[in-house]
Amino acid sequence: MLAIKFLIPEIFLSISIFSLLMIGVFIKNSFEIIYRLSLFVIFLITLIILSGDNDPTKIFNESFTIDKFSLYSKILILISTFFVLLMSKKYIVDIKNNKFEYPIIILLSILGMFIMVSSNDLILFYLGLELQSLALYILASIDRDNIKSSEAGVKYFVLSALSSGLLLYGCSLVYGFTGSTNFEEIASNSGDFNVGTIFGMVFILVGLAFKVSAVPFHMWTPDVYQGSPTSVTSFFSVAPKVAGIAIFIKFMYLPFQGVLNQWQYILVFMSIASMILGAVAAIGQTNIKRLMAYSSIGHIGYAIAGIAAGTENGFKSTLVYISIYIVMNIGAFACILLMKRGGKYIEEIEELSGVSKNHPMMSFGLLIILFSLAGIPPLAGFFAKFYIFMAVIESEMYTLAIVGLVTTVLSAFYYIRIIKIMYFDEPKKPFEKFVDYRIHGPIVLSCILLVSFFIYPSILNEIVSNISIF
Amino acid sequence: MNFPILSSITFLPLIGAFFIFLTRNEKGESNSGAVYISIFTSFVNFFITLFLWYSFDNETSNFQFVEEISWISGFIKFKFGIDGISILFILLTTFITPICIISCINSVKTRLKEFLIALLVLETFMIGVFCSLDLVVFYLFFEAGLIPMFLIIGIWGGSRKVYSAFKFFLFTLLGSVLMLVAIITIYWITGTTDVTQIYEIKIPPKFQYLLWLAFFSSFAVKLPMWPVHTWLPDAHVEAPTPGSVILAAILLKMGGYGFLRFSIGMFPFASEYFTPLIFALSVIAVIYTSLVALMQDDMKKLIAYSSVAHMGFVTMGIFTFNKQGVEGSIIQMFSHGLISAALFLCVGVLYDRTHSRLIKSYGGVVHILPKYSFLFMVFALATLGLPGTSGFVGEFLVLVGTFKVNFLVAILASLGVILAAAYMLWLYKRVIFGKLENIQLKKIQDVNLSEGSILVVLCIAVLFFGFYPDPLLETMKVSVDNLINNYNLEITRRITLK
Repeated sequence: MLAIKFLIPEIFLSISIFSLLMIGVFIKNSFEIIYRLSLFVIFLITLIILSGDNDPTKIFNESFTIDKFSLYSKILILISTFFVLLMSKKYIVDIKNNKFEYPIIILLSILGMFIMVSSNDLILFYLGLELQSLALYILASIDRDNIKSSEAGVKYFVLSALSSGLLLYGCSLVYGFTGSTNFEEIASNSGDFNVGTIFGMVFILVGLAFKVSAVPFHMWTPDVYQGSPTSVTSFFSVAPKVAGIAIFIKFMYLPFQGVLNQWQYILVFMSIASMILGAVAAIGQTNIKRLMAYSSIGHIGYAIAGIAAGTENGFKSTLVYISIYIVMNIGAFACILLMKRGGKYIEEIEELSGVSKNHPMMSFGLLIILFSLAGIPPLAGFFAKFYIFMAVIESEMYTLAIVGLVTTVLSAFYYIRIIKIMYFDEPKKPFEKFVDYRIHGPIVLSCILLVSFFIYPSILNEIVSNISIF
Repeated sequence: MNFPILSSITFLPLIGAFFIFLTRNEKGESNSGAVYISIFTSFVNFFITLFLWYSFDNETSNFQFVEEISWISGFIKFKFGIDGISILFILLTTFITPICIISCINSVKTRLKEFLIALLVLETFMIGVFCSLDLVVFYLFFEAGLIPMFLIIGIWGGSRKVYSAFKFFLFTLLGSVLMLVAIITIYWITGTTDVTQIYEIKIPPKFQYLLWLAFFSSFAVKLPMWPVHTWLPDAHVEAPTPGSVILAAILLKMGGYGFLRFSIGMFPFASEYFTPLIFALSVIAVIYTSLVALMQDDMKKLIAYSSVAHMGFVTMGIFTFNKQGVEGSIIQMFSHGLISAALFLCVGVLYDRTHSRLIKSYGGVVHILPKYSFLFMVFALATLGLPGTSGFVGEFLVLVGTFKVNFLVAILASLGVILAAAYMLWLYKRVIFGKLENIQLKKIQDVNLSEGSILVVLCIAVLFFGFYPDPLLETMKVSVDNLINNYNLEITRRITLK
């Protein structure tokens, strides 16, 4: 019975999901109320997690951990979801997607992520992953009258199911060769070099790489990002990435810590490939959501570089990176949600032409966010990269560091191309002017955070420094 | 705890920029509030710097006015401090910025408010570069300057502004990322990024060579040295006049300052080892770019190439490692900051009136703009190093220093002085003298009060430091001696070790 109290956030989340579902079924046109309640639920869970004690505990036969690592990831997931949900309200109503299921499915996927990042067992991990993924498939195709959205959903589903299959196969191999599904036991049993475990590890790695969209398992990302409604895309680009990276770290550092020299090279390759592809492929994009997809592939490359360092500092820098990344991405997508003209949302980058004349504030915000995404000091994005490369160079992986920094220059090209379009080109017709604190609030907040980060750049490091997963 | 004077001169422009941000444009694009705030901020900053120079102690080579606060917990401190070398660059920065702001009023017609914000933010970053005593802080300011400069070229630039802005941004960024790798490597080797501590800890020789190259890649692009100078003519030509002035007068000096502060101080062996490379590149820069400058038909491009040639003298002087050479190169940077700023302003005066930078569209300007022609002449002569102007002092000292070290290099570099006379006088002749053929020119007015006053101020400064460079030399003397002594100590220590 005692174990239950550690599960309060998850239990509370599930109960709220089902009660919200009931409300949705029995009350007509209940989008508005469910939307507000979901935001409230997310807020409450954040409070519950922050107020609860966070001594490392393992419950349910050591299959479920509550420690600072999982709590930090959960807080990141909650914060990012809160803001994404907040800013997508107007968009959802405008594209007539205000069905009550929408916030509920998002909550369901959060539940899946919660279970995933807390899991200490292959089975529980898989359950959480699938819960999350199923919710995401539905979200991708939620705009069901739109052929692109449905296409995105199906594409995502088929490819993701394949990767889940690989992952499951990997799990079974690992179980077969180490005799346990528990992460710690896997670690202690895989100490001696064992081909079966390594095969299993590689399959699991492939599955995880797919979920975080690392090259060469990134193919779904641009299509899904472009096809899904923008509100969903912005969700895709933050919360599942946090959960994916968190579980990625956990896998590499907990069950597979003994085979570090086996996975390190795989990760270095994935990281370099993601950074290069993210930078090069984004250059030719004309659709801003597609561009953000490639940008997120590139950023995941940097995050994986931190994991690949294989040290304590490495995974901590990755956590810092992903935290700053969600701040930038939320701001960027909030700006994309402002691109509306004549009742239609616009996704073409060319339409931003000269927008700084008519919308000086929005374009200034996007300017800061883009320079930060490009990693130019003194903005927060620079420090994110700085910490990653600190860790990478500590492990003496100079090639990775140099490739990473050179791709920063390449990727700076497409970020500043958007700035060029916004500031240097001739203005087109202005976008619709409206003030919605739900969209402008996140932009302002994200800009303030990015600009003022340099005053005290170690704030995240101090939070992260208490975290350990061992 | 003393008053944090360095932080205040660094961040004062940022505060000014913030207040400008709050002002509202009047009808049209004018915004007198923004203009007043920016002029006020930059002048206050200049006077604080003068006070700083006054209270600066010439007798010691230690860093003065040091400020330190813990910044990135545990390992990096936000450390400011100046010595006799950096104070001159700070002085130059705060002197040129008000001049730029005054020149904006004539030459920037659109989005004046944003321009002034960008300029003040840029000033903060530039002063930060010269104040910082920590590698990471230095890198932060060094790179951050790209953002406002990119916008200045891109938004207010000429017809090929996009190409130039991108080239400027990507070239410099590519150059500097390697420096970041080197900085982090230094941190893991020595356990600190504090420059003064690194001077004492001393980086093991086997690491120095690659680290030196990484820093070199960054400074060489910024300076710029041949063959990575190609971004400069484009950036200069397309940037608006105040942008060109800042770029030529201060941004280029960051590279030279970097060589002095970091490359020589931290990597003495590598600096010695790579001296032939630097000499070769410098001589090529001096001769080749001077020849290229001869053939230009665009005035701004000509001055841009002459900047590259002058920077060749700077690198040559720094790597002679003797008193005359290093002091000469610092004076050369200082005076080039004044002269190139003035030359770009001169071109700006003509451009604002006729909207042409081509040499062939002028001729006979002396008949209609006599005052202007006189001022232009002073600066043209200063560029070619006429005795009595500050340009002469720098070039002369550099050549003296080089003759001591390498006769051939000095002979070849002296050729550059002759070429400078050729392209500058020829430019002057074609623009100012001759017959007045372009009818458009007849209507234009001579320099107005604001243009005239800033050019006269620059003219006085150029002549003053030409006749009496002592204030500059006195300020930097002890620091330069210290730099050279440390270098020589290291080199002799190594020879005795062998």
